Amino acid sequence: MKSKAWTEKFMQGVFAVAACASVLAVALICIFLFANGIPAMSKIGFGEFLTGELWKPKNDIYGIFPMIIGSLYVTAGAIIIGVPIGILTAVFMAFYCPKVIYKPLKMATELLAGIPSVVYGFFGLVVLVPWVREIGRTLHQGGNGSSMITASILLGMMILPTIIGLTESALRAVPTQYYEGAVALGGTHERAIFTVVLPAAKSGVVAAIVLGIGRAIGETMAVIMVAGNQPRMPEGIFRGVRTLTANIVIEMGYASGLHREALIATGVVLFVFILLLNFCVALLKRGKNYE
Amino acid sequence: MSSNEVTWKDKLKAYTRTPGSLIVMLLVMLSAIMTFAVLIFLIVYVLAHGVPYLKPSIFSLHYTSENASLMPALINTVIMTLLSLLIAVPFGIFAAIFLVEYAKRGNKFVEVIRLTTETLQGIPSIVYGLFGMLFFVNTCKWGFSILAGAFTLAIMVLPLIMRSTEEALKSVPDSYREGSFGLGAGKLRTVFRIVLPSAIPGILAGVILAIGRIVGETAALIYTAGTVAKVPKNVLSSGRTLAVHMYNLSSEGLYMNQAYATAVVLLVLVVVINTLSGMIAKRITKA
Repeated sequence: MKSKAWTEKFMQGVFAVAACASVLAVALICIFLFANGIPAMSKIGFGEFLTGELWKPKNDIYGIFPMIIGSLYVTAGAIIIGVPIGILTAVFMAFYCPKVIYKPLKMATELLAGIPSVVYGFFGLVVLVPWVREIGRTLHQGGNGSSMITASILLGMMILPTIIGLTESALRAVPTQYYEGAVALGGTHERAIFTVVLPAAKSGVVAAIVLGIGRAIGETMAVIMVAGNQPRMPEGIFRGVRTLTANIVIEMGYASGLHREALIATGVVLFVFILLLNFCVALLKRGKNYE
Repeated sequence: MSSNEVTWKDKLKAYTRTPGSLIVMLLVMLSAIMTFAVLIFLIVYVLAHGVPYLKPSIFSLHYTSENASLMPALINTVIMTLLSLLIAVPFGIFAAIFLVEYAKRGNKFVEVIRLTTETLQGIPSIVYGLFGMLFFVNTCKWGFSILAGAFTLAIMVLPLIMRSTEEALKSVPDSYREGSFGLGAGKLRTVFRIVLPSAIPGILAGVILAIGRIVGETAALIYTAGTVAKVPKNVLSSGRTLAVHMYNLSSEGLYMNQAYATAVVLLVLVVVINTLSGMIAKRITKA
């Protein structure tokens, strides 16, 4: 009897330890990133590092402002392209889609989420880049196709499944009486959806957008393959741009010394951005619970 | 047809009376068509350009600068997937068991675990890659190795496995547990003999999702597992997975045809993985 009680206790301990793994992982990630990134930042100077417009590792000038702006621009572009299409597609899935084709379409959105980012990047490289090059030339904008707009379009595609999935479930969570009431008052199908159901699902939709932003700002490989990656202030939507994520992957291979630490510090900045976004999502969720 | 049924004509007439609604409806349709057209175009484009290059030489066991074979990368992918799961699955399942079966509701510790799991889920893969490089490669002195890559990926997919196992455990009815306790079984026995077996499909769906993420991962692996295009001798040697292989081919720009072929293999893998998880999910809803 006694040994059995002991095993029970022992296994409970094992489960508890396993549960600590995620806490430990987050703690280790924070410690290692900050411990390796913060010293470089203070060596370069926080202000200079974050707002410096020049990135010249050879001359020991490290300013990541162009990359911060690049990440923000590309993400904003992705949101402008992806969010309207995503929300409208979610409305289609929830209110228009004939039952027969719903299942295949649902699987298609899941597939869209499952396609690896390198494959998206490759697609962007061989299809979108030449297209944008042509458009840029006809508009006399120049550029070689690897540009801010290309990255935005590609990221817009990549955040679609996130936006569609979460918006659709938010729409479905709205009680049907809302819709029925609106239609009973004489509203059309569209009016009922867009003036009653969609506003009621607001918090879910906003959470979807915030998660979409998180995905876009953290995306690395696809962006590297289509954005051009010039480390300078963005000059226009048809010109190349470098994001924070791209900066890390491109230069980490040969960096050493302060250069390498500056790259890790770039990762720290990215990490802080993501933590802030996560915090927003947590707040949104909490807000929903109290409603 | 009965007279009070709404026909297409009636709908059309109603829409002509409310042009605003008509425009909105058209926008909705257009968006949906665009979304699915993009997916279909991507798949068809990659298949059309890649399938012709799926020659036997690309599946040869050794990578040379002439054939740019993807076979070593494919083998590495399998090894990497197995190794990552070997680490992440026990931890994920045990953690979920703790959260669902042992922890008391409203426990502060549980809240901390929830918070950190959600944080892990939002961290971009390049940050995992940086951490893996700093910790596993440098601090643990494993060098660029399969092992470092697998540990990095294991942390990355841990929240996924935890979440799906949690959901699966929660959906097991309490009457199962009560019945087992009533028959005199202890808590541990109940968990392993009764609860876990009924939760297997849900856990499996999570594991398959995790496989999908591992197979498609690049940014977290470049600076942890490295980019050597060989089958590794042991877990401490470097090796590139299929996704990394694909990135290298397309950024070098010398082997575009092979890159297309690799894209096809990756796509096929992803489709298979997705269908599998879909089938399992369907089984769960049926049961």
